[in-house]
Order: sequence, then C-alpha cells, then structure tokens
Amino acid sequence: MSSEFPLIGDFSPAPGAALSGARIGVVTFPGTLDDRDAARAVRLAGAEPVALWHADESLQDVDAVILPGGFSYGDYLRAGAIARFAPMMSKIIDAANSDAKLPVLGICNGFQILTESHLLPGSMIKNDHLKFICRDQVLRVENNATAWTSQYATGQEISIVLKNQDGQYIADEKTLDALEAEGRVAFRYVGWNPNGSRRDIAGISNEAGNVVGLMPHPEHAVEAGYGPDHTGTDGLGIFTSVLTTLVGGTK
Amino acid sequence: MTAEAHKFNIDTVEHAATTPDTELPWAELGLKQNEFEEIVKLLGRRPTAAELAMYSVMWSEHCSYKSSKNHLRQFGEKVTEEMKKDMLVGIGENAGVTNLGDGWAVTFKIESHNSPSFVEPYQGAATGIGGIVRDIISMGARPVAVMDPLRFGAIDHPDTARVMHGAVAGIGGYGNSLGLPNIGGEMVFDSVYQGNPLVNALAVGVMRHEDIRLANASGKGNKVVLFGARTGGDGIGGASVLASESFDDSKPSKRPAVQVGDPFAEKVLIECCLELFKGSLVEGIQDLGAAGISCATSELASNGDGGMQVELTSVLLRDPTLTPGEILMSESQERMMAVVSPENVAAFEAVMEKWAVEYSWLGEVTDTGRLIITWNGETIVDVDPRTVAHEGPVYDRPYARPEWQDALQADTFRASEAGAGLPATGGELKAAVLELMASPNMCDKSWITNQYDRYVGGNTALSAPDDAGVIRVDEETGLGVALSTDANGRYSFLDPYTGAQLALAEAYRNVATAGAVPMAVSDCLNFGSPEDPDVMWQLAESIRGLSDACMELGVPVTGGNVSLYNQTGSTPIHPSPVVAVLGKLDDVARRTPSGWRNDADGQAIYLLGTTRDELDGSEFANIRGHLGGLPPKLDLAAEKTLGAILINASRDGMIDAAHDLSEGGLAAALSEMALRYGVGARVALDDLCERDGVDAFTALFSESQGRALVAVPRSEEVRFNDMATARQYPVVRLGVVDTETSALEVQGLFHLDLGELREAHEATLPKYF
Repeated sequence: MSSEFPLIGDFSPAPGAALSGARIGVVTFPGTLDDRDAARAVRLAGAEPVALWHADESLQDVDAVILPGGFSYGDYLRAGAIARFAPMMSKIIDAANSDAKLPVLGICNGFQILTESHLLPGSMIKNDHLKFICRDQVLRVENNATAWTSQYATGQEISIVLKNQDGQYIADEKTLDALEAEGRVAFRYVGWNPNGSRRDIAGISNEAGNVVGLMPHPEHAVEAGYGPDHTGTDGLGIFTSVLTTLVGGTK
Repeated sequence: MTAEAHKFNIDTVEHAATTPDTELPWAELGLKQNEFEEIVKLLGRRPTAAELAMYSVMWSEHCSYKSSKNHLRQFGEKVTEEMKKDMLVGIGENAGVTNLGDGWAVTFKIESHNSPSFVEPYQGAATGIGGIVRDIISMGARPVAVMDPLRFGAIDHPDTARVMHGAVAGIGGYGNSLGLPNIGGEMVFDSVYQGNPLVNALAVGVMRHEDIRLANASGKGNKVVLFGARTGGDGIGGASVLASESFDDSKPSKRPAVQVGDPFAEKVLIECCLELFKGSLVEGIQDLGAAGISCATSELASNGDGGMQVELTSVLLRDPTLTPGEILMSESQERMMAVVSPENVAAFEAVMEKWAVEYSWLGEVTDTGRLIITWNGETIVDVDPRTVAHEGPVYDRPYARPEWQDALQADTFRASEAGAGLPATGGELKAAVLELMASPNMCDKSWITNQYDRYVGGNTALSAPDDAGVIRVDEETGLGVALSTDANGRYSFLDPYTGAQLALAEAYRNVATAGAVPMAVSDCLNFGSPEDPDVMWQLAESIRGLSDACMELGVPVTGGNVSLYNQTGSTPIHPSPVVAVLGKLDDVARRTPSGWRNDADGQAIYLLGTTRDELDGSEFANIRGHLGGLPPKLDLAAEKTLGAILINASRDGMIDAAHDLSEGGLAAALSEMALRYGVGARVALDDLCERDGVDAFTALFSESQGRALVAVPRSEEVRFNDMATARQYPVVRLGVVDTETSALEVQGLFHLDLGELREAHEATLPKYF
C-alpha cells in the first residue's frame, strides 16, 4: 500500500507542474515529519514528487529519492537505527550503489538513516548543548560537484533552517581527513556550530557524489514568506540541482 | 487478556444490589457525601466499585465543571445571531469549529495541564500537548500548529529552573516529534505561580467542512473500538484506593498520577485517524483524555441516540494486574475510541495494520439507553450514561468581593513609595528601558522558542516573537489563520472583570495587528480554589467580564477549559484567564510582521491610540515590586476601530510592520520592533506628550490600551492618515525607521545602541537556565 502526502490541508500543484518530467521519491516512515515539505520543495523545483512508503519494496521507477526529516519510529533507540532496516531502504541502498547511481538526499533524520545504512560514513549524536535547537543557519557550500549541489557556487553561503536534537556529526579523524581530502564535505556551518559537529560539518556526500546527507533543512527554505526570517529561499537550489543532474544524464 | 490473569473478586451489579452496606472509598476518590448519596439515588442501589470509579472521575471538578458551570453558561447566552454565523460547532464538543470559507473549517482549543507539570514537568507538559492535539484530531481535523502559554514562579527561585527545563523540553520533545510547528505562546514569571505553575497548551487544526466529526455513538449494532497505545496504570491518581475493590493487598497500590507520553505513538495516531476520516470509516470518534475509558464510553453513549455495551476484558493492557476500576480510570495517553459500522470493520482494520496501530473491539452500540460494561460477561457497570457524563452535580458556590479589594485598588503606583523618584532625564529613561527589556517578563524568549520547531509543515507565515502566529491553510489561495494567547494575572488581580476583558482585548489586538480578522475565542481559566469565596468571585467576575467583552467585540467563545484549585495552602494564584483569539487572513502573504526590515529606511513610525497615565499593574511597577491600583481602562469600541484600521491597512498595503502596545508600553514596542530585524529608528515624543498631556516617562512606560505602533511607507502616509482620521482614531507621527543608526534614538532624551539593547534583552534567560 502506498501513502499519499496530502490528506487534509492539501498543497496545490506547482505552477506548470513537473516541468522536467523528473519523478522524485519522498519516503515516509512512521514518525517522518517533513515528507510533505520535501514533496512541496520537489514540486516547486519543477519535478513530480512520488510518495514512497517504508514498507513497500518498489521504488516506482523514480529518478531520485529524498529521505526527509522527522523521528522515524520515534528514534527512541538511535536516530535512524530502525528505519535503516525498512524494506524500502534495502531497495534504496542497492540503487544508490548500483551503476545507475540513484541520487539520494537525506535531510536530518534522513542523513541519520544514511549513516546507519552505511551509505555515508560517520554518525550523529546528541547536540553538544543537549537541547533541541531550531534556528536560521548559514552554511557554506563546500563542493558543488555533487548530484544535489550543482546549482550553487563552491564557497557560496546560504541561509536555511536548522532544527535537530541529534545533529552532532562525528567520525574518527581518519575518516574526517579522508572526507576533507576527497572533497566530500558538501556543507559546513558558518558563524556558529549549532551542535558540536566535527569540523563544522553540516553535510557530506559519498565518493560518487550521488548520495548527500545534510543536517539542516533546505525544504523549509524554498518559498518566500515561509523560510528563514520568513523570506529566504536558499534551499531551493538543492532540489533544482538534482534536476540538472538528471537532465545532464549523469544519473 | 485471559480471565485467569485477573483474580479479583469482581464487584458486580448483582453483588452490589445484595450488599448495600459495603463500605466504599468514595471520600478518598474525592466525592462528597451528598454526591455519593446522589449516585445511590440515581442507581437505586449502591454503586459497584467500577461505577464508583466512573462517577468519581466524571464528577470531578476537572471533568464536570461543577463549580463553574453556572457561570460558564454566559458564554453560550451572550451570543448574537451574527456571532453564530461562522460557528459550525459550538461549546460542548471536543473543540469548537469555525467556518473559514471556501469549504474550509478551523478548530482550536486551549487547555491546562498545570498540576501534572508541577509534579513532573517534562511528562506533564508533553502530555498536555498530546491531549489537546487529540481533541483536535477528534473533530476530524489535521492539527497544524500548537502554542503554549507558560506561567512559572520567580525567575531566581531554585525550583523554577526545574519546572522551566522540564516543561520546555517536554513541550519541545512531544510537539517537535509530532511535526507541529510551535508558533507562539507566553512566558510570565511571578512568585504567585511558584507552587502552581501554569502550563497551558493550544492546538489548532484545519479540515474541509465535510470532514467534521463529532463524538457520538449512534446506530444500533455499530462496533466500538479502542485503538492506539495500550492501557496502563499511569494517570490513575487518587484512584489507587481502588485496590480495595480486589480485597487483595498483594498488588502495588500506588500508581503514578502523571501520564507518560509517547509522541511517536501520537504521530502515528494522527496519520492513522486522518486516513480513517478520509475513507469515512468512523461514525463517531472520541479521544481518551481525563477519565480515560470512563469519559469516552459515557460521552459517546450519551451524545448518541442509544446505549452502549462494552466488555472490559477486551481492553489491551500494558499491565495485566489492573483492576476494572483502574482500567476505567487510567489516563494512558495516545488512545482513541471510535464507533465503526459493521461494513467498515475490515477497512478500519486495514488502516490499523498499515500504521501498525493496536486495536481491540470492545463492544457495540445498543438501543437500551444504558451504558453496560461487563467483565468476562458479568455486569459491573449499568448506568444511564447521561448521569455520568452530563448530569453531574452543579454547585452555586458562594462568592463575594474580597474585603481587601478596595484597599488594593486604592494603593496606586504613583502614590506608593515604589512610585517615587521615577526616571525623568534622558540617561535615567535609557537605563529604565534597558532594565525593562532585560526584566524576566520582557526579555527575549528565544531560549525557549529555539527549542521548538516553528518551520515544519512549511506553512508558518509568522511565529514568536511576532504578535500572532500565522499559518497558511490553503496553498492555492493563501487563506490562513492567525492566533494569539494572552493573559495578565496582575491586571486580573486588581480587577478580575476588567482583567479578563483586557486579556481578550490584547489577544484580539494581536491578531488584528498581524492583519487578521478576529473570529473566535477559546479560553483557559486558571484560578485558585472555588471553595474560597474570594476566588469564586474572581472566577465569576472574570467569566462575566469575558463574556460581556466577547459580545461587544462580536467574537464567540467556541470552547475552553477551567483549571481550579491552583493554590498553595490558602494562597491562590492570581486569577489567570488565558484567552486565545483566532483570526482569519484571506491571504497570509498580506500578514504584517512585528518589525521593520532594512529595506524600510525612512518609513514613518506612527502611534495609534491615546496614552494616559496608566502605570498600575504595569511591568514597570512590577519591576519596582508594586502591585496595586486599577488596571488600564478598556474601551472595547476603540479596540474594534483600532482592529479595523490595522486589518485594512494590512489588506491595502499601507503598513509594512505593526506591533501592539501592551506590557511595557511604548518602550517595549519600540525596542521589540527595532530588535526584530536589527534595524534602528529615530523618534521624538514631544508631539505625543503635548497632545496627551503626559511626560516622557509616562509616554514610554504607561500601558494604556487601544494602541499600536506601525511603520508606514512614505507613499502611503497620506492614505494612512486619512483612514485614521476618517475613523476618528488618534494617530501621531513619532519618527522614522533609520537603517543607518542601528540604534533607538529618542530625540532630546537618549541614544540607545541596538547592540547594547540586544545584549541586555537576550542575556536574561541564559543567565538563569
């Protein structure tokens, strides 16, 4: 059985929906919270969001996948630890590692699921200040050569929403050095490190650049009036980037 | 659950009829002798242990409103036809429903979770959110936002940190996990709340008209199902004495009185219920809150057209040792009860399986007019459900104006010692503004609000610290709602009638300031013991004042909650009627933020309204430790006009920013507007002082009502002035937005650097918590 995002409080179809013809899956686990937001971002970027249900095993032929934020299964054990075993995740792991290199973006809880799935190295622990934090956060795009960052300039600073409880990115020094050396640090916190992440890392990619994990929330910064400071739309670039990637045939 | 697990000597109806003289623990359960006698009269025999459990919780103050009912009636009586026109569901259901137009409806309600939040702040506050959100789901709505007005003891009292950390983390931990943006609230520190912190929670939901659901059980043969979390021993409270019903001392007799929340279970329950509504799979639905299954069965049955038969051993339990009475009283969270027609049973079960939600079929709707509950087939409850749910005792509690009230009102700030040596020079006024903005009640609250997700859902158009929270409902049209909650316990202490009206006026003004048309009211009435005639008078006056003002402003009360016995020993809290106002915006893109941005250079700053010498009960007086005199005067007609000006100015693009004047007066409003986006301003008070006959100190710190500060683009000044003049509303130009100064400059008096102001404003909460 597949889920549908809008039940009540529907969002409208984007103007000229699905311009690119791309279909981007948004996975819903029990406890996922930002699936509707991610679907809206996909739509505003000009693609068609496709609802994927955690218990299903079909990727429905989508061109890319987003694992949205939330608290999958309540995250009472360790963030993302249970979601990683969902049937849908096996399909996503296979597709991400396949030759086709399915673009996968994990946001917040999605990032946590990606590290639990070993699609990305490292792990996430509780914020160093031990509190949930929600704020407008400046990031620097460190690498625009991934499937999800091509629409930014390397070195560009963007302001998007940060909100997390377990957002402190950690990895051993060797892994961190390798990430730096290989240009796999995709985003870094600027101005203030909001959770104690090693080396101010906010987002990383896999070697191939098709899998990106990002702690802050670009999907909350895609529409003027509802983003950071109720004005920002800096997050939209993430979603238009993957469309460019797909059109460019690098999939 | 097998029968074998329960080795109680079950007190059946049959047994009760033959043992009239059995001693029952009615007093320990909180029932008065007259109430117990009434139950015996209603039943024509002594109640069984299970029946006693049900009556005791349902006839409690919390569930029956027995002390306030006679007064609360005014909310239903002082309503015009005009006020009813957008009310789709009124008081009495889980939450009222208001028509938003375009086929949309909105439901909202505010409730208290005060005592549990004092005992166990994290779980108390968390389950407060959980409970109010379930009320919203029960109406058929998708919850879209929450708010939380908080009132704690003195900021420097050691116990305040315990309550603060726990309650804020609980609200965040639960609300954030539900995916509901937290869009505002209040934070007040006052030693009167030291032993009785107020943790109120508001939730708002939206739905299409056809999705409205009511809590009633109709249709003989329809099935009754309990779903969600299992029933455990949490939240049974005073019911532990019910262990006696088993005549067996071997089981633990003390149960925790505070419920424990599981936000994940609630999030799943929300999605699962919405799917049930979408498929029209339930005939009636009721959340389980206070009084648990006792409440759900008796309310569903008495609101329906027949009766209900339920087998209690079918309830899925977390703890197999629970007695029938405990099962009936348990307040375990994240549970719902629904009535499902036989043809929808399979579809209902499929939705449960999809979301992995546990459920059990308990029984069915009957046409007997009786609520019958059995235990392994033996009848343990046989009652008329109306006598449990709706026909509880009602008290006309004696009340009288306290004899100290006159002396309190005569003790004005100006005449007091605290009112001597008021700031007058520029330097003194600057220091006073800094002190005000750093004071516990006026300081920056982002230490709290940054622990709440305000963005989830992608529809938050305004949130704290703006005047109102604004949520978009329809993405196509921009239709949305604005919400604000307000109360001022000090005003209400000085004059409860006016105090409640002032709370309404401020919430109304906040909603209008954001550009929304006020439509409906929900109230959470927090008071001390109704058995104290002084407190009862405060309650009666507050309800009378609030209902009168609702009538005059044309906004109906659609629901709410009363929380009594908020007192330590014989010392009650200040009367604290928290009033929530909901407003409507045709297009949330038109909402007005509470500060000017750096593209507003040169915009004119206008003050709407008249400033009088009104410092009694003010924040300034509070900082000096004085509370006496009379609260600010209220002119509801003026509030209406001011609201209309703000709404039209927003709609017609005449103002870019607006902020209401309330606690802290003009000094606070100017500071907050400048700090909102870190953009300064140059103002002069001379014209204002001359017109209103006040000095600079009064101009800055008076809390006169009916005022708002607005930023008007140069091109709109003529139009704006014309509109205010046409409505005969006083308006004075104070100065301009200045993006160069990064300071608040009050000409001829002081130059206050925004960095310095921000530092003072933001340092307070982190210093204590």
